[in-house]
Amino acid sequence: MQILLVEDDAEVARFVQKGLQEAGHIVEHVANGRDGLFLAAVEPFHLLVLDRMLPGGVDGLRIVETLRSQGNKTPVLFLTALGAVDERVKGLKAGGDDYLVKPFAFAELLARIEALARRPAMEVPATKLTVADLEVDLLSRTVTRGGKRIEVQPREFRLLEHLVRHAGQVVTRTMLLEKVWDYHFDPQTNVIDVHVSRLRQKVDRGFDVPLIHTVRNAGYMIRADA
Amino acid sequence: MTVSSEDAGGWRDIGAYLKSAGFRFAALFAVLFLAAMLGFALMLWWGTAGTLSRQIDDAIRADALGLQEAWRTGGVAAVREAIGERLAVDIDDHAIYLLTDEAGLRLAGNLDRWPAMPETPGSWSAEAVRRDGVVVPARLYRLPLDQGHRLLVGRDATDREKLRSLLSEALLWSFAVAVAFALAGAAALRRALADRLRAAAATASAIAAGDLSRRVPLSSQRDEFDQLGASMNAMLDRIDQLMIGIKGVSDSIAHDLRTPIARARMRLENALLSAPDAESLRAAMETTVADLDGISRVFQALLRIVEAEAGARRAAFAPFDLAAVLTDAAEVYGALAEERGLHLQTSWPDRLEMVGDRDMVLQAVANLLDNAVKFTPAGGTIRLSAGTPARGKRHVSVSDEGPGLTPEDRARAGERFFRADPSRALPGAGLGLSLVKAVAALHDGELRLRDARAGAERPGLEARLLLSSRA
Repeated sequence: MQILLVEDDAEVARFVQKGLQEAGHIVEHVANGRDGLFLAAVEPFHLLVLDRMLPGGVDGLRIVETLRSQGNKTPVLFLTALGAVDERVKGLKAGGDDYLVKPFAFAELLARIEALARRPAMEVPATKLTVADLEVDLLSRTVTRGGKRIEVQPREFRLLEHLVRHAGQVVTRTMLLEKVWDYHFDPQTNVIDVHVSRLRQKVDRGFDVPLIHTVRNAGYMIRADA
Repeated sequence: MTVSSEDAGGWRDIGAYLKSAGFRFAALFAVLFLAAMLGFALMLWWGTAGTLSRQIDDAIRADALGLQEAWRTGGVAAVREAIGERLAVDIDDHAIYLLTDEAGLRLAGNLDRWPAMPETPGSWSAEAVRRDGVVVPARLYRLPLDQGHRLLVGRDATDREKLRSLLSEALLWSFAVAVAFALAGAAALRRALADRLRAAAATASAIAAGDLSRRVPLSSQRDEFDQLGASMNAMLDRIDQLMIGIKGVSDSIAHDLRTPIARARMRLENALLSAPDAESLRAAMETTVADLDGISRVFQALLRIVEAEAGARRAAFAPFDLAAVLTDAAEVYGALAEERGLHLQTSWPDRLEMVGDRDMVLQAVANLLDNAVKFTPAGGTIRLSAGTPARGKRHVSVSDEGPGLTPEDRARAGERFFRADPSRALPGAGLGLSLVKAVAALHDGELRLRDARAGAERPGLEARLLLSSRA
């Protein structure tokens, strides 16, 4: 995947660039907003990672607003130190697709980048999602595995749906909190683990191959083990 | 040099005096006062001197009509006779008549000669005339007669002139006195205004100079100035509160963030200096990353509290259903409680509409549930309830069966980083209730803490969050 990183802090940029390259992406880095806007407008990228506060007179918000007004729909992830709720709202309103506040864990950034990159393909309305022998029927909102019906609560269904939509990708706890529960803060106790473990009980118990995996220091992933 | 600069200062002072709002108000009132005075003087003039003038004119007109009639019926002889009769009965000696022939010779009347006055017949004039060797002011009317005869009817106006001069003198004096009063009143008003405003101005400059503890002294009059002073004081209290909040945050950062930072630093340094192998170096670094994550969580929580306390989030207030928020929180924490062998009992009406910051309220409820789950031993029960305690109010209560808080700790709960002794061994930073308190304040409410089961061995804690349902 080709990613444009617009970040003025050299250390953060180096770290992000290196990490993303190791994960198999091609990363172009510029350190100011004007160059960033120029590159984003003329070259096709799969994803933009933008800092909010940038030198050069063009900040991250302006870049997104300008691109969106030109009909450019490249997914945008804001990577910024502006963490207040209002700032997040501003970023998403301007046309950003995700918002990650510094300091961040690289695993979190990578998971969000891969989730964003996968998104356009998911816009095709699917009625049934499958991972190995697990089937999630989005119309009847039922779950079956190996032909056997699994009873899940509505919230568990949404949790499973989210995991399955991102099958093969790491989904972090914060992403689940935001996307499944609409929580925009970190609860003190890790409530997500409890919910995932309950879901895992229902989905994996009694089957030889576990589908829901814990990825250490990152989050969860659903995948059919090779 | 000195003299001229003092002069300039003096002129500046006068300029400032003239520009001051006090002077302008005072001048306005002085002008109004003098205008009223002028109106009164005009009325007085019209009622006295004016009436007298009109009476004289009426008398002359009646006289002239009679003489005109005599001229028409009896000619010169009749007029002479009539004048003679009238002069004979004029005891006050006010009447003036003069009838002359075509040559200008006097035929009748009490004037020696024709006075200088307009020649047009039927004209009025006020002239000084000579009578019996004395010049007196008079009001004169010339009748239109034919055959070259001229007839003059008039009245001595000495009395009227006397009254006029008397009146104008009196009015002039009273006007002078009125001007003096107006000026004195204006000065007094200006001074009163300046005196009332001086305290507020002094307070404002003291505060601008950095003394935030000063407040505008209020009088017992409860007037506009006191209202202004009271709102200034309210504003200052709010600023003070915010300053204390900011100071609290910087103190917190100084004390409570330094410790974990120091710990992380020590761990890294120690690993750098004495890690026996790559494996333990790696372990130390992983722990340090976790430490740093903890620090940023605390930081985030602090900023969130400040956000709530500053009240800036009021702009994001919107209507939402508190019942839905609670159902959500109960669903999230119900699973957690169940896993720890706790029961979560819930009770609230189907709908609890309110206006506020949904995210903040949700986080406050989540923090209360977090605490309850943390402190209640296995097998215990947590109760989450909500309702409408009064019109325009909403309450959310969370009670647990934990160790509870001593009255002293309860008073301190909600202070940033405060942790009661029994909780020190448990994870947390002592910011949960601070946020709940800030969220309550953001919604014009409060957080009340009390024993959930007073008298029991484990009294537990009931946290009652009161919120205003309107923005």
